[in-house]
Amino acid sequence: MKMKDNILIVIFAAAILTMPIWGTAIGAGYPDLLQKFAIFGLFAIGFNILFGFTGYLSFGHAAFLGIGSYTALWSFKLLTMNAIPAVLFAILVSGIFALGIGYVALRRSGIYFSILTLAFAQMCYNLAYSVLTPITNGETGLQLTNDDARIFDTATATAEGLPSTELFGMSLTGYNGFYFCAIILIIGFYVSVRLYRSSFGLMLLAVKSNQNRLKYTGVNTKPYLLSAFVISGMYAGLAGALMVVIDPLAGAERMQWTASGEVVLMTILGGVGTLLGPFIGAVVIKYFENIFSAFNDVLLRQIFDFLPDFILNIWVPFTNLFVGKGWHLTLGLLFMIIVIFLPGGAMEGFRRIKDKFIKKDTAEAGGTE
Amino acid sequence: MEAVFLQLLNGLDKGGAYALIALGLTLIFGTLGVVNFAHGALFMLGAFCAVSLQKVLTMSAKVRDESVTFFEAYKEVPYLEMWFGETGTAIIDYTVPLALIITIPIMLLVGYVMERGLIQRFYNRTHAEQILVTFGLAIVLQELIKAYFGANPIPTPAPDIVSGSAHIGSWLGLSDDIVYPWWRLIYFFFSFTIIGACFAFLQLTTFGMIVRAGMADRETVGLIGIDIDKKFTIVFALAAVVTGLAGVMYTPVLPPDYHIGMDFLVLSFVVVVVGGMGSLPGAVTAGFLLGILQSFASMTEVKEIIPGIDQIIIYLVAVVILLVRPRGLMGRAGVMED
Repeated sequence: MKMKDNILIVIFAAAILTMPIWGTAIGAGYPDLLQKFAIFGLFAIGFNILFGFTGYLSFGHAAFLGIGSYTALWSFKLLTMNAIPAVLFAILVSGIFALGIGYVALRRSGIYFSILTLAFAQMCYNLAYSVLTPITNGETGLQLTNDDARIFDTATATAEGLPSTELFGMSLTGYNGFYFCAIILIIGFYVSVRLYRSSFGLMLLAVKSNQNRLKYTGVNTKPYLLSAFVISGMYAGLAGALMVVIDPLAGAERMQWTASGEVVLMTILGGVGTLLGPFIGAVVIKYFENIFSAFNDVLLRQIFDFLPDFILNIWVPFTNLFVGKGWHLTLGLLFMIIVIFLPGGAMEGFRRIKDKFIKKDTAEAGGTE
Repeated sequence: MEAVFLQLLNGLDKGGAYALIALGLTLIFGTLGVVNFAHGALFMLGAFCAVSLQKVLTMSAKVRDESVTFFEAYKEVPYLEMWFGETGTAIIDYTVPLALIITIPIMLLVGYVMERGLIQRFYNRTHAEQILVTFGLAIVLQELIKAYFGANPIPTPAPDIVSGSAHIGSWLGLSDDIVYPWWRLIYFFFSFTIIGACFAFLQLTTFGMIVRAGMADRETVGLIGIDIDKKFTIVFALAAVVTGLAGVMYTPVLPPDYHIGMDFLVLSFVVVVVGGMGSLPGAVTAGFLLGILQSFASMTEVKEIIPGIDQIIIYLVAVVILLVRPRGLMGRAGVMED
């Protein structure tokens, strides 16, 4: 760890914790959205540990998200409404699943690895929908009920209606929930920076740049890859658990392979293999999803009111394609554009802009000499 | 015995669909070396060619309903029916077979534009980037279809004459209980014909020979003075046509909606992997094999022994194959084995 990294973490933590303040300025100052930023940011940061560091593209990470969700919810149902055990159990269980799946899937690399992880995720998804209904409650989704056991909560269970998630008596709704997620996110980010700078992280980067050469020097890369896979699976499980902490409902659809695609998208958009990139990608996608989904025909007409009528009548239905329910279309287009023109994502974009300015500075300096 | 025979039949039409999609997919992979995640979207586009044709043919006007006398009632009458009477009704009835004809040029064009516009830029990039960009394209195509046709499945029935079931059992001297929908039977033969045509095209024509040579060694073929890029563009377009036709013919079996492509995509990738990347016979065999396996796995007797097997059998097979024989059933040694 260098001083630079410490500064990065401090700035990151400060930015996250003050998010409710500066979020208001960009119209994101409410807990629902901020929680999403934190949760998906964590998911993407974890995914980046596998895809960004080692170059192994997993298309099945949503399975761990789902597993984490189900585990956390069962912890709420059977043990206690306290969020800490739920989170810990979710990490543990998704880690175990990741160990099993990773052990098998990592015997192949490249596109075969992607397809293997995809196959496993689809198996989990299909099973959650069909045979495992007693555990997952199938299509309805698993939720809390009043007659759950909750063996540690019997003394305190007095209130009417469904209990809410809590942290040693503090209810985790609204901003409390956000700060809970935010602190976990900061810890998650810290761990990922530490990993990146450790010798373990260097090994992963070596795998990405040339695995064969590494093997020729006598290094067994498998344990490193497997650890990376398990760690990133745990991050996904943790993110899944946080989703349930915020909203105690778990459905199988969050395990679908398109959900795995979404996290790939976030990572790519922000910048693969960078520390901050995946989080930025997650925030950008969730932010614009929120903004774009809110638009509709009437609102668009108000915005483009200054246009002449005949243009308005063509323009509004056209833009309407991209907003509201059509948000995914924009996302798909954005994704293609990023992959085609800026494979390094937003972080590469920043770097390019920075380079341009710095070059200009040196050129000017040279000119005056 | 009869139950087994019935399941075998049930597997065939699904297997036919898998085989056709996988054929197109592996053709693209084998020739261009591109992992095309937008392939499911081509299947969907084909299916929606049939839907659009149906929309066009059944364009209708409101006409006073004469049979209702005590108030003014209106009914929708398609123009074709008004203009041509019986013939018009028959044309509407035959929407799906007619759609085959219009699908061919449309899919050729789609395939051509896709290859020239996008895929071509990705030959020299990593598989991960190919997956990502085609995945993005698939989302875009899917959302465009959703924006225009809505999110609900749109029924496109087969012609009336083949809407019933064939008494296959009595033909073969088995029990008369074995019946099989006509359309599925047609689908099976259709897929066989298309597959046969593809193989004949690749094995018997000069063009096919060049393509096969290009699959084996692209550079050398280029050095001989053949414009291999152009040939490969045509191959891509042909693969798009094959997949599109599979989509058109599948519409009476399963009313298409916008995510039908995504549903088939994962499965067809699994089929290609099981059959062997870049191997055409492998893809076809694996397609039928997995279709039949899936229908056997959904028998109640099997489900009682291993619950949930019908949901995961295909993926399970893929995992086992990838681990035991990574090149797939018929893949060439050394091709994408790692």
